[in-house]
Amino acid sequence: MKQGGSLNRRAAVHSLLHNRKETLVIAGLGSSAYDLHAAGDNEANFYLWGAMGGAAMVGLGLALAQPERPVLVITGDGEQLMGLGALATIGVQKPANFTLAVLDNGHFGETGMQRSHTSQGVDLSAVAIACGFAWLERIETLEEIGLRARIQMAQGPGFALISVEATNLERSLPPRDGVFLKNRFRQHLGWQVQ
Amino acid sequence: MGHALGSDLAAAGWQDELFGAVKRAGVRQILYVPDAGHSRVIQLVHEDPQFKPIILTTEEEGVAAACGAWLGGGRSVLLMQSSGVGNCANMLSLVANCRFPFVTIVAMRGEWGEFNPWQVRMGRATETILELMGVSTFRCDTPESVGPTVEAALETAFSADQALAVLLSQKMIGRKVWK
Repeated sequence: MKQGGSLNRRAAVHSLLHNRKETLVIAGLGSSAYDLHAAGDNEANFYLWGAMGGAAMVGLGLALAQPERPVLVITGDGEQLMGLGALATIGVQKPANFTLAVLDNGHFGETGMQRSHTSQGVDLSAVAIACGFAWLERIETLEEIGLRARIQMAQGPGFALISVEATNLERSLPPRDGVFLKNRFRQHLGWQVQ
Repeated sequence: MGHALGSDLAAAGWQDELFGAVKRAGVRQILYVPDAGHSRVIQLVHEDPQFKPIILTTEEEGVAAACGAWLGGGRSVLLMQSSGVGNCANMLSLVANCRFPFVTIVAMRGEWGEFNPWQVRMGRATETILELMGVSTFRCDTPESVGPTVEAALETAFSADQALAVLLSQKMIGRKVWK
């Protein structure tokens, strides 16, 4: 029985965001948001605290509105499973500046580490490819995170399946005020708060 | 799934009014699950390079994408049928929590000359679900009200950070006719 991968998720996200340059980042609820926050809070981060299944689509709307900026969505297997149809929608739009990185631990970590579909035979990366994503990386070790360059190259949509340990780490809590997060993000892109 | 073509839709000049209002408001992303009541607008946005039409597998995808578009400075509209409103309920908490501007235009089913009982329950619940989740509703019962109502909804949403739904009544759209 698969129990997630062997990669530490914090180290993986930290490595993914090293020298992030102009990348705009959306994080799905739960551990993915904590991982993004732990890697360093940033005005160009937008954290979801709910809206499960919506992270990739927030990223799509953003990527289409900001075609010159790389957009990276970081989320978990459970969050993406709830938004499986989004892979088809993104596959039709084919935003070149879009990368979806799924931290796959095969479990629902926030709710007591129940097994998810991906530890029972479902392969999200195969779904993404079947939906028309332009590139795929399956990452098992830190050395394999050569993604940083690909995220910047705008030859997507790209899909990275990052196998991480099924462990709950200490929470690193981003701000919960949605209006603050929205305004901070938009100000970063040059819009004044009205 | 939607209203059939071939009913009195052909004479629906209100669809062109709706399209014009959306175009003048500077909307780019048109997020939609098809409905025959929206068919002309969907056709028009596909023919106009101002728009990026985005077909969805389920309506809540459009709620999330609308929020992402606004984060990036873009304007969007979500087109759907009343049955899709139920699919959106939890995702609308994203709109409410972050006070995102949001406009959806909903073709109503289950309220006027409906032949399909499976449409009725959700049709009756549509307005209540939207209001419960913080989306105010404007109802259009006449063709001449559509253009001004959509224009007002767009202005209010994008200038005052409000979430609004324009409900197009089934009586106005024309009941579904199977031929």
